[in-house]
Order: sequence, then C-alpha cells, then structure tokens
Amino acid sequence: MLPAPRGPLSRAVTTYLRGAGPLPSEAEVAAAPVYGEDLQLALYLCYELHYRGFADVAPALEWDPDLLRTRAAMERRFLAALREDAPRHDSVDGALAGILVEPVDGTGVSHFLRDKGELWQLREYAALRSLYHLKEADPHAWVLPRLRGRAKAAMAAVEFDEYGGGRADRVHARLWADLMTDLGLDTTYGRYVDAACAELLVTVNLMSLFGLHRTLRGALVGHFATVEITSSPGSRRLAEAMRRTGAGPAAEHFYDEHVEADAVHEQVVRKDVIGGLLEDEPELAPDVAFGVAATVFTEDRLGDRLLADWGGGRSALRAPLSQAATHVS
Amino acid sequence: MPNSPSEPARHPSGAPSGAPEAASGEARRVVVRRKGPMLVEGPVEVELEDGSVVSSDRFQVALCTCRRSRRYPWCDTSHRDRA
Ligand code: FES
Ligand SMILES: [Fe+2]
Ligand SMILES: [Fe+2]
Repeated sequence: MLPAPRGPLSRAVTTYLRGAGPLPSEAEVAAAPVYGEDLQLALYLCYELHYRGFADVAPALEWDPDLLRTRAAMERRFLAALREDAPRHDSVDGALAGILVEPVDGTGVSHFLRDKGELWQLREYAALRSLYHLKEADPHAWVLPRLRGRAKAAMAAVEFDEYGGGRADRVHARLWADLMTDLGLDTTYGRYVDAACAELLVTVNLMSLFGLHRTLRGALVGHFATVEITSSPGSRRLAEAMRRTGAGPAAEHFYDEHVEADAVHEQVVRKDVIGGLLEDEPELAPDVAFGVAATVFTEDRLGDRLLADWGGGRSALRAPLSQAATHVS
Repeated sequence: MPNSPSEPARHPSGAPSGAPEAASGEARRVVVRRKGPMLVEGPVEVELEDGSVVSSDRFQVALCTCRRSRRYPWCDTSHRDRA
C-alpha cells in the first residue's frame, strides 16, 4: 500500500499513482527542500515502481512518461545537491583513504549501539534499515549490464554472494527478514516506509539514483565500494550489540555473516570492480570518488539524526513501533 | 555463507573435493598484497595449528595474514590502520 504523503509533492505523486489527480508542478518541485521529507518520499515512491511496486498502483506506471519527467526534475535537484555537498577528492584513493582507517574512539551509530544500545533502539534501527535490506543488493544489480570484463565478472560474483550463492535460505535479504523476526518486527516489504525519516530515505534514494542511471555507473561503483568497505567493522559492532541485548540468533547471524563476507567483498570490489572499471574507463574516476563521498555524506547525516534522537531519549521513527514480542531464547 | 568446522570429505588423492583447478592440474592463483588478506578462490579448507580444519565455500576467501583477526583464519578487516 502507498505510504502517507508528507507534503504537496508526495501528496500529488500518491494521488497520481492512484489515477486520481495531476502530478506536482515544476514550481512545486523547485520549492521543496531537497533533503526534506516531502521530496525524498515523492522520489522514493517513483523509484519503488522499479523494484516491487505497490499493491494499489498500476504496474505500467513504472514507464509513465509524465511521471518519469517529474522524477527527473526531483533527481536533478537531488544530484546537484549531492555534488555540491559531498566533499571533493582528487582521486579514488583519496576518497577511499578516510574509510580504510578504523577510528580508535569511533562515535558512529554502530559504536553507540555496541556500547549502550537498548533493544528498542536496535528495533528502530532495523525498522529503518529494512527499507534497504529487504531489497539488499537489488539497486546494485542494475549496474551489471553497464560493466564489462573484469569489473562485470567481479561485480556479478559479489552479487551472487549477496543473493545467497544460489541458495534461497542464504539470500542476504532473507537473513535480514530473519533478523527482523528475532526483533519482533513485521517483515512485510514496505511496512516501515511510513516510519522512516527523510535522512534514511536519502540513503536509499541515493542507491536507486546511481543504480538506475547508466551515466552514474561510476558513482554506483563508488557507492558499493563504500558499503562493502565500511560494513565489516560496523557489522562486528552491531553483532556485539545484538549479542549483548539478547536479540536472538538470526539477528546475530546477519551481522556475523557480514563481518566475514564483506571483508572479502571489499577486496574484490576494490581490486576488480573499481580496478576493472577504471582500466576500461579511466575518465570515470571522478564519478567513483563522488559516489564514495556522497555515500559517506548521506550516511553521516543519518547517523547524526539517529544519535541526536536517541541521545535525547526520543524515538528516531516517525511512527512508534508496537511493543511486539521479541525473541525468547 | 557460514563456515562449517566439520571434517571435510577428501578425494583419495588428498585434494579437496569440488576444486576443479586442482583436479585438472592447473595452478591455482592466490593474490597477496603487502597489507591485507591473502585472496584465494573458494571453496577453501584451512588446517589450523591444532589440526582442526575449517572450510568456506565462498567464491573468494580472504585469509588473514596479519594475525589480528578475531575470526582467524578469515580476515575481518582488523589489519586496517587505526587513527
Ligand atoms: S589480514 Fe585482515 S584481519 Fe588480518
Ligand atoms: Fe550483504
Ligand atoms: Fe557485501
């Protein structure tokens, strides 16, 4: 089902998707705050048609020219803002240098959750991240036809691992659903979109933006490398958080698996996906660096938001979670 | 994919099962760098000092060379510099 609108853009887009009214005007798109709840939700709705759609929306609207025109207007603003706000680096190595060093006294969300995260905060974190992890690896699969040779083979191999190596019970999105079950969350696809703040929507919209545009294949590769490089140490901290709070075996397993898997994925992505792409198309180096910087920028914004809410004793969700029964060991 | 600590099945020759390169006599290439893990094409079995064997059926396996990994013999990125 379509989520509830958060302003004029998302209201007009949901109405249009139901076949009941016009799309937002260009002036409305131009007026909305670019990282705000309204524009980011409207963009999220447009992108979702390319994944699994909505039960109450005609599937053919995926390629509706008027909707694509509105989406493009929002994407132009989003991309321009990211290019403006993401720190600029002279080289891919320069962009990666910052995330290849482990801070001794890290202050990110995974450090917070490891050290003092409570079960309710882990549940909120999982509800938010479910917008990506229930379609884990899907935005990145779109890049495959745009790569060649070494980069394509390596990217496909990592994606194969993300998709469980041919086994449905090992698909990472499946492992994620099992984690949600341990945490007493609803695993229905799209269930927590209404609960997700704009900062979270931005992180998922970034993947869809980079994945859907061939012109942004370099940025998608830079984004993917960033996810893989930062995942392994972060997953260790989150696995510790799950263990300490007694979240359950599947909750621990998701992150334990990513400690090890992403230590491998990182190596393969850096050596063969980035290496292969830049051997083929060296002119894409600035885009790869941009993809890295934009991902770090959007993840930092999300982290700041979560830590501000939790540090202030507040929920980070737009709608509170029901007190569902959690895992009993 | 999880690693199983169980004793693996072996061919009579002693070569691990499911390793076509080894079986066909073609050399298996491993990738080493000054820093970071050794990359080996999976599936892989690793015999540890105490004689126990662990295995991984991942397409590539990252073997820890820095000895700092908390999931030894698998790399867990503990080789990274700290700041
Ligand atoms: S080589 Fe990566 S943890 Fe040792
Ligand atoms: Fe994964
Ligand atoms: Fe991964």
